[in-house]
Amino acid sequence: MSIPEDLKYTVSHEWIRVQDNTGIVGITDYAQDKLGDVVFVELPKAGTEVEANGEVAVIESVKTAADVYTPVSGKITKVNNLLDKDPSFINSDPYNKGWIFEIQIKDMSELDKLMDAMVYQNKISED
Amino acid sequence: MDYIPHGAEDIRRMLEFIGISSPDKLYSDIPEKIRIRGYGIGKGVSEPEIKNILEEFSGSNASVKTLKSYIGAGAYEHFIPAVVDDICSKPEFYTAYTPYQAEASQGILQSIYEYQSMICELTGTDVSNASLYDGATAAAEAALMSIGKNSGGIVGISSAVNPVYRKVIETYLKSSPCSVSLVGHKEGITDIENIEKQVSGRMFSFIFQSPNFFGCIEDVKTVSDYVRGRGALSITVANPLSLGVLEAPGRNGADIVAGEGQPLGIPLCFGGPYLGFMGVKKELMRKLPGRIIGRTTDKDGKEGFVMTLQAREQHIRREKATSNICSNQALMALRAAVYMAYMGKEGMKEVGTLNICNSHYLADEIEKTGKAALKFKRPFFNEFVIEFRNNVEEVFRAFEKEGILPGIRLAEEGQNSILCCVTEAKSKSDMDKYVEVVKKL
Amino acid sequence: MTTKEGTGLIFEKSVKGRKAFSLPAPVIKGKKPADYIPAGLLRSSLEFPEISELDIVRHYTGLASKNFSVDGNFYPLGSCTMKYNPKINEQICSYGGFRDVHPLFPREKVQGYMSLLKKMEGLLSAITGMDGFCLHPAAGAHGELLGLMLIRAFYDKRGGRRRKIIVPDSSHGTNPSSAAMAGYDIVSIKSDRDGRVDTGELSKVLDDEVAALMMTNPNTLGLFEDKILEIAEMVHKKGALLYYDGANLNPLLGLCRPGDMGFDVVHLNLHKTFSTPHGGGGPGSGPVGVKEKLKPFLPVPVIREQGGILDFDFNCPDSIGMIKAFWGNTGVILKAFAYIMALGDDGLKKTGEISVLNANYLRKKLGQFYDIPFNRTCMHEFVISVKELASKGIHAIDIAKALIDTGIHPPTVYFPLIVEEAIMVEPTETESKTTIDSFADNMAGIYKKAETDPELLKNAPVNASVKRLDELKAAKFPDVKWDFKKRNSQ
Repeated sequence: MSIPEDLKYTVSHEWIRVQDNTGIVGITDYAQDKLGDVVFVELPKAGTEVEANGEVAVIESVKTAADVYTPVSGKITKVNNLLDKDPSFINSDPYNKGWIFEIQIKDMSELDKLMDAMVYQNKISED
Repeated sequence: MDYIPHGAEDIRRMLEFIGISSPDKLYSDIPEKIRIRGYGIGKGVSEPEIKNILEEFSGSNASVKTLKSYIGAGAYEHFIPAVVDDICSKPEFYTAYTPYQAEASQGILQSIYEYQSMICELTGTDVSNASLYDGATAAAEAALMSIGKNSGGIVGISSAVNPVYRKVIETYLKSSPCSVSLVGHKEGITDIENIEKQVSGRMFSFIFQSPNFFGCIEDVKTVSDYVRGRGALSITVANPLSLGVLEAPGRNGADIVAGEGQPLGIPLCFGGPYLGFMGVKKELMRKLPGRIIGRTTDKDGKEGFVMTLQAREQHIRREKATSNICSNQALMALRAAVYMAYMGKEGMKEVGTLNICNSHYLADEIEKTGKAALKFKRPFFNEFVIEFRNNVEEVFRAFEKEGILPGIRLAEEGQNSILCCVTEAKSKSDMDKYVEVVKKL
Repeated sequence: MTTKEGTGLIFEKSVKGRKAFSLPAPVIKGKKPADYIPAGLLRSSLEFPEISELDIVRHYTGLASKNFSVDGNFYPLGSCTMKYNPKINEQICSYGGFRDVHPLFPREKVQGYMSLLKKMEGLLSAITGMDGFCLHPAAGAHGELLGLMLIRAFYDKRGGRRRKIIVPDSSHGTNPSSAAMAGYDIVSIKSDRDGRVDTGELSKVLDDEVAALMMTNPNTLGLFEDKILEIAEMVHKKGALLYYDGANLNPLLGLCRPGDMGFDVVHLNLHKTFSTPHGGGGPGSGPVGVKEKLKPFLPVPVIREQGGILDFDFNCPDSIGMIKAFWGNTGVILKAFAYIMALGDDGLKKTGEISVLNANYLRKKLGQFYDIPFNRTCMHEFVISVKELASKGIHAIDIAKALIDTGIHPPTVYFPLIVEEAIMVEPTETESKTTIDSFADNMAGIYKKAETDPELLKNAPVNASVKRLDELKAAKFPDVKWDFKKRNSQ
């Protein structure tokens, strides 16, 4: 199970990659494995203002669907339209091509509440 | 009587295997306090007796066979091909359940795929579900699809929509943050100026019906263009039987086409079970409520059918599902599918033509008597509003004497107005008798 | 018969110029729609199949042969009560005085229907211990929605809206979904060790914001909620209501009633408990019963005696309104009515009793091989877990598919959600010991194969009309209708 060291993680299995005050968000390798083959991603609209822990996207597999929550508050600036054509990037490349949305972070201190790779690793091994 | 196969010996051996002396021992979890001794509804009866009892109930009802009925208003007397009854009484269809196990349910699954295909073609939409309860709840589900879950706004409804549908939509929307705004019709059809005047603020969707409650055919394109121009969804409630001759609403800009499938081979049966149908544009596919059947392949590459896009549904999404619908009206969808296949390309046109020709014949003949006139001078399909010179009570009494039900009263459209429906089930001599009564008024 | 292209869709059997329909000639010869209706409103094209009557009959006869059904197969689908559908009830439904009656006929001309519906309300009230019934809902989920709307109206009228509904984690998916549709927030509570509502958990979440607790009793594990009276008291003490999901009423027939347990609102599934056919996924019927305090909110119209006849009363100021056009799935209701009348007190009691006997007999039999996580006296159904077979790579789905090869419709799988690899079995009272024994033998055989030859199960079914279907492909590349246009250009 891959858990890149340079990312921050949520309890609901999202990751965020931060550069300056922008974050890229996706779901973790562990989460995609639990979901199984992804068949559809309902993407948010760029320009939407969201609150931390709010539902912003839905990922559907054959037998289940999972909400994606934003790790931080802010404004969604871009979404990964590639997933409309091929949602399986969530499975095959969750940390790169499988990214879901980009967010302009409103309050950088919210990042402190997230987990680093080691804490996240411990959390999922408890599950 | 009962339908239990067990003999006393069966029961004895089963109890012995479980290791108990009497079935009572299986009820130890049930508090003594709430146990009952019968419901007081009386002893059961034999099959011949139950037949007699039910024949008596049935015998106290009039039917479209014992009376000549010109009542429509949401349920219609049509010819039902014998093939429809025969195929739908096959126990392989009617004693099965929802096709949860695809490999054991290919018959039902394929029939629904074919049903969906024909509904899409008929309505001019991209995706159809496997059915909803009836026309009114289909319209209400369409309204729910159009609204945002958390933000307030308006669903506009034309006052030319069947009033019962309007009531059901209102009930369904009561627990949402949205409100319903009724838009008055103009001389029998939806009026864009009235929408503009009467709906201000954020409109999620606008619901209108064609042919509408008064029978008038709406200009679907003009209304849809306006509604979509306001960023709202155009929801058209349609009579599927009319679509053999009238243009598909989906081709004229409707985003959702929903309605009552009863005209497609389903008996009147005092109001149910009927069939809610719904076809939508591709963009709305994932919001579509209810089951959807898809075509796929098996592990050998052979074609087969499964329930698909299930992640929208209640058994997976629970409180986040688009709708709570589970059991729908599959056997009624089968009836509609067989009906549509039987009628086929030419028959759908012909039956539609008969409805138009018959209803216009009667309307013309009534007007010729000078005793009544069409209330709205608009194109219509198989229903129209006539306004009598005479008092409507008197009119009904005159028809009653002849064993004719002339239609239903529409008090709100003028004191002496009647909504009259004529389908292919009426012959020339039937209609001439109607006209005779009018002449004598 | 299938064409070389595949399954033989009816569209593939279409040949230009063929027809099945036969209709009378128009009243005035030669008239066309265009004579009455502006051309702009008329249809440009309709690509429906062109096919003869015999070909239609063959087509559907072929489809029927690819379908399992109660008449053809044992169908122990848990929580769905797939009992035998008596033929007499189908025959009754075809009487002209039932079938050919318009719902808007003058009321004095349909007194047979009116009195049947009124009597049915009374029978269902007696069977459930409620004070009033509404027959309008078209299915169980529709009944749930109505029940929750009534609860909402009740609090609105009293002042002080409550926003939460509690559902156990073992509940049917429709419960939380219906509650959400009625505008409620959902609070889920964990079941206790015995698979029942945990009163400790319940008391933690039971506050003044709770409008109702929704329960199925017996629950989806087939266990009777033995603390029901205590639960009812807890709920009522907080001013909340108790909702009964009637999906599992069958085993309680003649034994005890939801109304006496303290339930305030119930919905029934006539297509489960009262033998009306499931129709391949409907039509069902989901009547809702209520205690006196909720009666004013029932949907309109309400059947009442007015002017010497039974009439529909639309004038009920506190009513939530209409939830369906007309008065319910009457064609379904009358079959259930005939069933209840035929069985009477004695037949209903025996029905409940034998449904419980059959389930426990089968539970004991299957328990010889399979793990039953909550293995104690059950009511009408029980739940197996095949979690232990996972090491062989065998899952509930494989057992289900293997059953298809034996000519048995599989039980419900992967439900309830609280049991891993769940297989939920409900034999119903109409199945004989012989059928149940044979099912148990088949299940034992499959278990042995799971241990010795798991590959065989993973390849099942092999005797059905298709092998295992690719659901991933279906969901990823939705093909949900025939493309008429593409066909024409070929």
